[in-house]
Amino acid sequence: MSGRFTQLFHRLENERRGALVPFAVLGDPNPEESLRRLAVLADHADALEVGLPFSDPIADGPTVQAAVLRARAAGTTVERGLGLVAALRRMHPDLPIGLLVYANLVHARGLERFYAAASQAGLDAVLVPDVPLEEAAPFARAARAAGVAPVLIAPPNAPDATLAGIARTGGEYTYVVTRKGITGVGRGELDPSQSLIERLERFEAPPALLGFGIACAEHVRHSLKSGARGVIVGSALIERFTKEPDSVPQYLDELRAATTLPPR
Amino acid sequence: MNTAPLIPACGRYGEFGGRYVPEILVPPLVALEEGFLRHREDPSFRAELDDLLHRYAGRPTPLTRTRRFLSGTRTVLYLKREDLLHGGAHKTNQVLGQMLLAHRLGKRRIIAETGAGQHGVAVAMIGALFGKEVVVYMGEKDCRRQAPNVFRMKLFGARVVPVTSGSASLKDAMNEALRDWSESYEDTHYLVGTVAGPHPFPTIVRDFQRVIGDETRAEILEREGRLPDLVAACVGGGSNALGIFTAFLGNPTVALLGVEAGGEGLESGRHGATLERGKPGILHGMRSLLLQDSEGQVQESHSISAGLDYPGVGPEHAHLQATGRARYVAAEDHEALDALVALARTEGILPALEPAHALAAVAREARAEPERERLVVVNLSGRGDKDLAHVSALLEGGGSR
Repeated sequence: MSGRFTQLFHRLENERRGALVPFAVLGDPNPEESLRRLAVLADHADALEVGLPFSDPIADGPTVQAAVLRARAAGTTVERGLGLVAALRRMHPDLPIGLLVYANLVHARGLERFYAAASQAGLDAVLVPDVPLEEAAPFARAARAAGVAPVLIAPPNAPDATLAGIARTGGEYTYVVTRKGITGVGRGELDPSQSLIERLERFEAPPALLGFGIACAEHVRHSLKSGARGVIVGSALIERFTKEPDSVPQYLDELRAATTLPPR
Repeated sequence: MNTAPLIPACGRYGEFGGRYVPEILVPPLVALEEGFLRHREDPSFRAELDDLLHRYAGRPTPLTRTRRFLSGTRTVLYLKREDLLHGGAHKTNQVLGQMLLAHRLGKRRIIAETGAGQHGVAVAMIGALFGKEVVVYMGEKDCRRQAPNVFRMKLFGARVVPVTSGSASLKDAMNEALRDWSESYEDTHYLVGTVAGPHPFPTIVRDFQRVIGDETRAEILEREGRLPDLVAACVGGGSNALGIFTAFLGNPTVALLGVEAGGEGLESGRHGATLERGKPGILHGMRSLLLQDSEGQVQESHSISAGLDYPGVGPEHAHLQATGRARYVAAEDHEALDALVALARTEGILPALEPAHALAAVAREARAEPERERLVVVNLSGRGDKDLAHVSALLEGGGSR
């Protein structure tokens, strides 16, 4: 399967660039404004990762939690969230879009039905952050059957056997976590994870996108130097949308400028 | 519901259980499982734990035959007196076990979630005994409702962190503890308070609580010459129930009854009856039954007793229900309150509101068939001192009586 993410990584390799992938919570702060924000992100980035709001986001820090609360308070259901993705897909037929969704929302609808709906909305990949490799098989199978790539998280403490399994099971990209803990900025040292990325490459895992705590151009350069194929920027961006929404396009352009790799 | 069966992985009770956590928590859970299995077999671990249970916590607890509570019926009712355990509830058993395990695994810091504060108090208390740094996550709402327990935890030297996210109650405290642990697992043990959460917690907690049933079984055989017809316990997360059920699982003549929080009635939507009204779902690391809406958002539970106020339930209970080995019913708030008062007036024992639910269900069944001869044991999982202010407000402030 050569999806939109895979095509993007090919193109960026020729351009000698890493991918800038913003993360946003679907429906934050409300569905209408969310769609406007997604459009801004799409115009200033290479791909998007979007999250469905869930009542119990255990892998997320305070910034994403607050965004989830806003989205749910504004009536963002799973249906409406996927509707936003579908609307974005109509505007951007070639944009790679990945979804982050907690296990119970997938489970409640039924795995086959959920992934079919995700596929229909135009998603390329789905990441379930509370389903580790050892529980991933039924989710990955249902995803593949619907034509959606299952994305897995590779944390710094994963043993080789886990990374090998992630390489076998995952598609489109691997979400590489740069440090322990949960999402958010300034929660601990960024670990460049060079050895983690090298190990993933040895197992021929899907390209590494680095997430958790990336907030500035320096972080982006640092991450790409470690061998990542791109970065995911979530909490820092959500905070900026809340505090200085007008500066978001410029902020994204600065981050994107930092994705340029040195000539080979 | 999904049509494809989930692949059985580790820690399954039938189709329930498992380890649904962020990948970063898998290695610490695997290490915990290995450590548990290793130390459980170590005679010096068992000896130290037995010594603590006996000389620190006061085990074995008495088995009291009631004199008046069910008068007019032919039910013979015994109470397993976990209310007399140090700390005032069964929580102490498994907190001692996990604390000793964490100590042997070299963890210097202990984190825990708490709802009413009973588990938090037990962790703070035994953390003081072991000289650990203790951090307890507690929903902000619960901190206000249970202020005396917050003070008790602080007296024992623990830090209590009010959780404001989500619904600011027990499930959110558990979320916050899991977040902490995903950052701190190297030097920190997450001391889960019930038979819920990701594998191996349901098994570890059940194992450290089964002493309740083991003692009950031996003593009832000695005194009555036979096994009971029915063993009953309240179920929130379900640790005191599995504590007393486990020793009887292999004896099909012993009926097992779990009693959930019926709140204001199952039809009111304000209850904690996960096993009766929940649907299969994934939360806090496990596949179990969950109170949730049609798209899978987890709902808030409600109960007069904070200890039963949890929208999930331990996966082994979901399995025991599915296989028919145990039966689960609900007792409503007012029934539990009535049972609390009745036990106080007929036996001179003040139960906590949680086991008052089990007493209410057993009394209901006994009075429905007064001529039926039955030998029954109820796990009196905790004492009612913690509920005094609440109960007094309900009874004297124009409550349900």
